Amino acid sequence: MQLAVWTYEGPPHVGAMRVATAMERVHYVLHAPQGDTYADLLFTMIERREKRPPVTYTTFQARDLGSDTAELFRAALAEAQARFRPEAILVGASCTAELIQDDPGGLARTAGLDVPIVPLELPSYSKKENWGAAETFYQIVRAFAGPHAPPPGTERPARLADRRPRCNLLGPTALGFRHRDDVREITLLLARLGIDVHVVAPLGATPADIARLGEADFNVVLYPEIAGQAASWLARSFGQKATRTVPIGVGATRDFIAEVAALAGVDPVPVLDHETSRLPWYSRSVDSTYLTGKRVFVFGDATHAIAAARVAAEEMGFTVVGLGSYSRELAREVREAAKRHGVEALITDDYLAVEEAVAALQPELVLGTQMERHIAKKHGIPCAVISAPVHVQDFPARYSPVMGFEGANVLFDTLVHPLMMGLEEHLLAMFRDDFEFHDEAAPSHLGATAAAAPAASSPAVAAAAPVLEAAPVWAADAERELRKVPFFVRGKARRNTERYAAERGLAAITVETLYDAKAHYAR
Amino acid sequence: MTAAAALAPARGGCADAPVLRERGQREVFCGLTGIVWLHRKIQDAFFLIVGSRTCAHLMQSAAGVMIFAEPRFATAIIDERDLAGLADANAELDRVVQQLLARRPDIRLLFLVGSCPSEVIKLDLSRAAERLNRQFAPGVRVLNYSGSGIETTFTQGEDACLAALVPELPAADETPRLLVVGALAEVVEDQFRRLFAAMGIEAVDFLPPRRSTALPPVGPGTRMLLAQPWLGETARLLESRGATHLPAPFPLGAEGTTLWLHAAARAFGVTPARFRDATALAESRAVRALAAHRASLAGKRVFLFPDSQIEIPLARTLARELGMRLIEVGTPYLHRGHLGPELDLLPEGTRLAEGQHVERQLDRCRADRPDITVCGLGLANPLEAEGFTTKWSIELVFTPIQGYDQAGDLAALFARPLDRRTRLAV
Repeated sequence: MQLAVWTYEGPPHVGAMRVATAMERVHYVLHAPQGDTYADLLFTMIERREKRPPVTYTTFQARDLGSDTAELFRAALAEAQARFRPEAILVGASCTAELIQDDPGGLARTAGLDVPIVPLELPSYSKKENWGAAETFYQIVRAFAGPHAPPPGTERPARLADRRPRCNLLGPTALGFRHRDDVREITLLLARLGIDVHVVAPLGATPADIARLGEADFNVVLYPEIAGQAASWLARSFGQKATRTVPIGVGATRDFIAEVAALAGVDPVPVLDHETSRLPWYSRSVDSTYLTGKRVFVFGDATHAIAAARVAAEEMGFTVVGLGSYSRELAREVREAAKRHGVEALITDDYLAVEEAVAALQPELVLGTQMERHIAKKHGIPCAVISAPVHVQDFPARYSPVMGFEGANVLFDTLVHPLMMGLEEHLLAMFRDDFEFHDEAAPSHLGATAAAAPAASSPAVAAAAPVLEAAPVWAADAERELRKVPFFVRGKARRNTERYAAERGLAAITVETLYDAKAHYAR
Repeated sequence: MTAAAALAPARGGCADAPVLRERGQREVFCGLTGIVWLHRKIQDAFFLIVGSRTCAHLMQSAAGVMIFAEPRFATAIIDERDLAGLADANAELDRVVQQLLARRPDIRLLFLVGSCPSEVIKLDLSRAAERLNRQFAPGVRVLNYSGSGIETTFTQGEDACLAALVPELPAADETPRLLVVGALAEVVEDQFRRLFAAMGIEAVDFLPPRRSTALPPVGPGTRMLLAQPWLGETARLLESRGATHLPAPFPLGAEGTTLWLHAAARAFGVTPARFRDATALAESRAVRALAAHRASLAGKRVFLFPDSQIEIPLARTLARELGMRLIEVGTPYLHRGHLGPELDLLPEGTRLAEGQHVERQLDRCRADRPDITVCGLGLANPLEAEGFTTKWSIELVFTPIQGYDQAGDLAALFARPLDRRTRLAV
């Protein structure tokens, strides 16, 4: 049993719903008790979808458990088929139905329906949402592309010289972080390279489109969490190579262009020579100097966290002080990236552990999910959201991809927006006591209400911190001097000073101790 | 309008009306969702769901769009190892509770809340609560109830929670006391307390209380008014402890509030003159507030999908006080005993539906083309996209709508979506 206040991922059947809802002409019959229909509102309210997810829930109740829940499943399946006439039906169980072991797959196979059935086995008590999405997509790809696979060992025929190269875009789903706009951005980028997009899947694909996946020359894996498994099966079955670079940030987009150009046999130079991102120049512009060395903490799904850390370090000039992910499946990749930034990776799906890490590191900026936005708000640290789990705010009306060159522009704005502007920061340092222009005011462009008073340390942190028998006491003048340290580094200054004093066995902290500690840690 | 005049049933009412009973897919929340308001209401209580990742995900999806404060609820997520052996599951639960209480020393009352998976694997939370009580008494009281979807629909979770509190209530003697049962917004509680005081009823308690250390007493002197229509089990247990139920419509709208207050007035021997003195001013304010919306709502056809069980009292208010026409009134569960006074007041011929087959109900809704549809969050946007005007039903549970001074707010909830339609030109 795990104590969870918030959870980064839903159960695996929600991952299956993200795939089913993204696709066309597919229906999902889910053996589930009353209440599991809450998942519909993720799509209709958070993503503001205009249609209900294509899901029929069997809605069994306690009184059905003694009788025949299997019959309830059969009836729901037949009714869904008759009402929606889909080209494929996915069948599976949510966590409770998994316990009663009715075997939806077996029941559906023997139901004699005139529609392809894809049974899904998604273990709810060990796996989570992204795994469920990946497994569902893989099963759908196997079911519909599988029959078109050449005999094992067949050499992939070379592309005809008169046909433009083409690829599939794999991974975008419903409820994905900026998937809608990433697909458009990458499609435009590929078009500039002379590469056609054959099928986008699962987003917008029908089962018939899935059947055509093998016709593309290669696959672009936009979201490895979701499409990695399907892409490696396509590589084995159709000899299709797959991209490994996720084009988030200018550097990664350049690498991606080189990678797809090589896979497609086209020349990347014309596109690379006419790069359309403003990020490199904006970052070199002198007003960005104040970004230098800002300490950032990054947490999210593996793909977005790794990418955001690279952008933060190489394209914004920040210092990455923490990098983590809730994607255990891609823990190895996150650890490798963390090593490149010289930090220890935090692999956890425990919100409280992430909060503890943020509290201990006292970063100047947090790049995370909606959960980290809560954590950062509580600790008075600026934050930008760079990854799922998503919130209604992550579906902006305007075009705002995070991939490709336009995505890099979006990221520059996203990462700078929560911070204090350079000159504003200096003026605050010079004139601290101005009655309206004081350092507890939020950045002026964020409005008065954005001022987030740092809350007292959280219960998690309070409980975890060792109780110091004789913690050093702050002298009144030292406490006043501490107030002069800008608020966004004050927490760190306080901790460092207390640690400095504790290590030296000082009973009281004076103004001198504060500056001694500053000099000590400045080395 | 006087209380006596208002008591007259509407053209025969719906007491004996046929009810369309359906079963199929239900587009409703499970009882766990009640925690979203209960954990704010009882301020020193913590709700620990013993369930799956789905339960945790439901809570943050249902609550995540609505609240942003540090929650006083969490989930003990069952994993594979817990399924291997119940002995281990119990030990694991004890460990999680210990971890939780160490983190939240401010907690005085802990609810272990059962879920679909915990019910199916027959994890006995009442025994777990007993065991943990021995360990943590007297600092923390541990109770349990089930909010599982296989047993409870949405607001029935509050019923189960309050029912778990009933055995804890101290005993009262035969001195008459009024007990108002069902979670209400604090502002509404305060208004009702003032109205009762003006009638001369001073001994008034509310269940649930704001703090677990202030549980109201119950006994043969207790006269009980239900503030919410979903409290069947709680009322039954209170009656078994001697309380007398005062049948009344629910306090929605001017008429409903007057009739509800009047039930207490009768039980406590308040004279008609004193009752009028206490309520006339607020009632006329409510009538005026409703009248402001009547022009835009009268004659509008409304279709209510089942959600919280508040649908029948709500429909009665919309029909009688705002002149709306009822197409279909769905409810997840119809408690005839508690809703009798409401059914008497519903316009004759109203189509009542209990339970749900969501696809067939949507077919009926599309065929009826109502002017406004009351439904859950999963259906609202898809219906809007089809051109229907909707009102989220969950707002009727999360917004203070009870009492005289909220009657206008209740009407405004229905007027606003219609108003919006007329404003938007794109």
